[in-house]
Amino acid sequence: MDYKLLIALLIPLIGTLGVMFKGDNENVREGISSFSSILLLFVVGSMVPDVLSGKTLTFHMFTILPGVTITLRADPMSMIFAIVASSLWTIAVFYSLGYMRGLKEHAQTRFNACFALSIFGAIGVAFSDNLFTMYLFYEIVSICTYPLVAHHQDDEGYKGARKYIIYLTTTAKAFLLPAMILIYVLTGTLDFAPNISTGIFPAGVNETLVIMLYIFCIFGFAKNGIMPFHHWLPGAMVAPTPVSALLHAVAVVKVGVFCTTRVMLYTFGTDIMNALNLGIPTAYFVSITILAASIIALSKDNLKARLAYSTVSQLSYIILGVALLTNPGIQGGLIHIVNHAFSKITLFFCAGAIFVAADKKYISEMDGLGKTMPFTFGAFAIASLSMIGAPPVGGFITKWNLLIGSVEAHQLGILLILIASTVLNAAYFAPITYRAFFGKRPAGEPYTGIKEAPLAMLIPILIACTISVLLGIFPNFMLQFVKAVTG
Amino acid sequence: MDQLLINSGFPILSALIFMPLAGALLLLFIKNESACRYFALVVTSIVALWSLRLLAGFDQTTSKFQFAEHHTWIESFNINYTLGVDGISILLILLTTIIMPFCVLASWSYIKTRIQAFMVCLLIMETAMIGVFAALDFVLFYILWEAMLIPMYLLIGIWGGPRKIYASVKFFLYTLTGSILLLVGILWLYTANNYSFFIPDMMWQDYSLTAQVYLFIAFFLAFAIKVPMFPFHTWLPAAHVEAPTAGSVILASILLKMGTYGFLRFALPITPEATILLAPYVLWLSIAGIIYGGFTALAQSDMKKLIAYSSVGHMGFVTLGIFVLNSDGVEGAILQMINHGVTTGALFLCVGMIYERTHSRELRLASGVGKYMPIFVTFLTFFSLSSFGFPGTNSFVGEFMILAGTFEFDIAQNNFPYLALAAFPGAVLAAAYMLRMLQKIIWGGTDNPDQSWISDLNVREIVTLAPFLLFVFWIGLGPQPFIDFMHTSVTDLLQHFHAHQEHVIAAAERIF
Repeated sequence: MDYKLLIALLIPLIGTLGVMFKGDNENVREGISSFSSILLLFVVGSMVPDVLSGKTLTFHMFTILPGVTITLRADPMSMIFAIVASSLWTIAVFYSLGYMRGLKEHAQTRFNACFALSIFGAIGVAFSDNLFTMYLFYEIVSICTYPLVAHHQDDEGYKGARKYIIYLTTTAKAFLLPAMILIYVLTGTLDFAPNISTGIFPAGVNETLVIMLYIFCIFGFAKNGIMPFHHWLPGAMVAPTPVSALLHAVAVVKVGVFCTTRVMLYTFGTDIMNALNLGIPTAYFVSITILAASIIALSKDNLKARLAYSTVSQLSYIILGVALLTNPGIQGGLIHIVNHAFSKITLFFCAGAIFVAADKKYISEMDGLGKTMPFTFGAFAIASLSMIGAPPVGGFITKWNLLIGSVEAHQLGILLILIASTVLNAAYFAPITYRAFFGKRPAGEPYTGIKEAPLAMLIPILIACTISVLLGIFPNFMLQFVKAVTG
Repeated sequence: MDQLLINSGFPILSALIFMPLAGALLLLFIKNESACRYFALVVTSIVALWSLRLLAGFDQTTSKFQFAEHHTWIESFNINYTLGVDGISILLILLTTIIMPFCVLASWSYIKTRIQAFMVCLLIMETAMIGVFAALDFVLFYILWEAMLIPMYLLIGIWGGPRKIYASVKFFLYTLTGSILLLVGILWLYTANNYSFFIPDMMWQDYSLTAQVYLFIAFFLAFAIKVPMFPFHTWLPAAHVEAPTAGSVILASILLKMGTYGFLRFALPITPEATILLAPYVLWLSIAGIIYGGFTALAQSDMKKLIAYSSVGHMGFVTLGIFVLNSDGVEGAILQMINHGVTTGALFLCVGMIYERTHSRELRLASGVGKYMPIFVTFLTFFSLSSFGFPGTNSFVGEFMILAGTFEFDIAQNNFPYLALAAFPGAVLAAAYMLRMLQKIIWGGTDNPDQSWISDLNVREIVTLAPFLLFVFWIGLGPQPFIDFMHTSVTDLLQHFHAHQEHVIAAAERIF
């Protein structure tokens, strides 16, 4: 029984309660948010040495049925996501403080409470020891983020939020729930396997059912943004930018891909995936999402919408990498959870900063804005390099591993798809930076000196951007977790 | 007879049955309205506390009937006063006794006229309901089964809404029609069993298949109307909508369970071969109910109707679990009966609380009360989540077990889970209609009516809802103690069943 896990899980929950009961005093309220986030980061950090030394921490909470429990575990794979979620929560708390106060948003207490509660769900997913626990926290994230998406409480907000909740709960109930129950019926347990190869299915299991279960799992975790169940994500962009940033670039969507890859590796396992030839078809299937979402992103003028489709596309990189079932492929996929998180949150933060400081949402209006907001657009440029996969930013490490992975899997097609998507990424990101720095300012908007967003927003942007770069230059810290996963 | 019963000395069950009745008689002498309320609360609370003795004294290792009592009643017809509980009925009796004090609390300010009569009806109702679950003599069972109709008819007919007469008559006629065939079945069994009405004697006898099929149909009509199974459900929404809160709670939490209890207690053990033969039809009817209930609930603008149709869906899951005839399915079904009692009862209490404020069951008029009733919507959120089987809540465990049982049945029978997969759209629909209701009540839209005058829950209302929430999470996170109560009885039931399996295969070959 490792109580650190329980403490890590409870910190955001207690933070939520604190925020709810101290909602009338905004300084105390935000103090609680930031303190909880820092505390969580600290507790998660304190688990790193244990996990790196090869220990798996577990904490058993409830037994629902024999083989169905609520149990937490920290192994290298959970640490990847836990580190990302906790560190980005810390950064995002400060950013949203600046953003929400800067725009004088309403219902900030509800916003802060639900924000913390969503992190509770994300941390729960990261530390799940079995499919049931994961499903529980996955659903908690769905429910708790509804108020964040509907935050503006106007028609557009309600519409986006409705689409959001319909997509996520329908897929979970229609695919995930039957998959979970059938896995339980076939195996008698929902626990994850101790390693990525064996899986939990006994020998001689009905192969048709396993293939069906696999497909159900891929579509059931619709937070992973795989087409055709991706449409909730662009719809959710009606939310305030900090929500889009933390939840729809990091917590929610990463919950989706984390769950998907966790189940692929620890419930099915590479052995059975190889035996039933599930990997490569998956890789090709998600390639459709990678390419299609990139092409849609090209057509979007709204910056947040373009980022949203970029997210849809990038998430499938993670699935693709793991589906290659080669060590470099899996490593490249999993490391992209980290790289994409830090880079994409930077991009969303920048979009929010541009909205707060210059009141602009559309890319076509941003000509010449780089001169007014040099730090913001500088960070944007660096982070978009990571999306493209150029050195020295984190995304490069991903691409490198994915390319090697596809070569080792002897998949020339995947290699070509990766190259094509790199070109597409460049095609929809580079023009933004180009227009901002070299475009001609629109008539009637003379240059009036540097006018950046408030420091509470700018500093988180620079921190997130710096970490993106550090992940590219010193990738070893995160790579050691990824390598521990593949063994 | 004695090898089937375990006596316990003190007649706990009789005490449970007659305490509310005695309370009802005493209540006739109380004139003060406030005193009536307190008195009814005290009586139901004592009964609830008393029933905990069943828990303490129950032996989980045997499938025999415990706390048994046997007295001769009408000797010439061999009708006896025989009581006993086993793992299937004990939790239902406890559900009844524990829910009743909250029904009294929910009627505290809701019922404004003829309070004395109302409380008398509630108490008589309690006597009949406990009696139905404890009776082991078929005539005693039948009398109590019919006796429930009268107070329920009065509850709806006197204290109901605008269309109360229509609803109460419909309720009465439907249930009565169903039970007439049941009576015929009972009389046939009486003659076939040496003129005995002792229920355990009737079980596991080798009646001819034809007789079993007729008996099954008689049982099925009576119980399917009570559950209610699609397409026998049309009395339910009318009754729910017009009934006062306490009436709806009793109806949803306890009365509906009598149908599924009937299947388990009578249809399965008395007509096992007919059950196995006809189970596939009942299963598909259950699926139809699940889907139909879901779609209809999604279309409702009246909150009580919405929950009423959700009951049709939920009870579809229960019958699904019973008729897959394996341990996961049946145990899940019994657990789900308790869960539905807790959750749907609580939801009706919640709707009643809104009704007391807005005087309407219209979802539109309740839009956006969340802003002014934070405590209320916190409760409502948890009950709604429980209703659509959110993990960690009680209904999830029940549905999980039922669906696991369905998968096992399917894979064994068809090698592919057609039936189980057909049930999942129902789970999706449940999430859809509950979240829709929740969204409307908490948030509404941009055109909410002005709700700023509305007040949040008072202490009495919080006390009414809190225990339900406790059970939502208790069963949701630690269901094993509840399952342990039923395990031996269910195992025993199914063992008998499998002994009959071979008869059925032979019989089926003869027929088809």
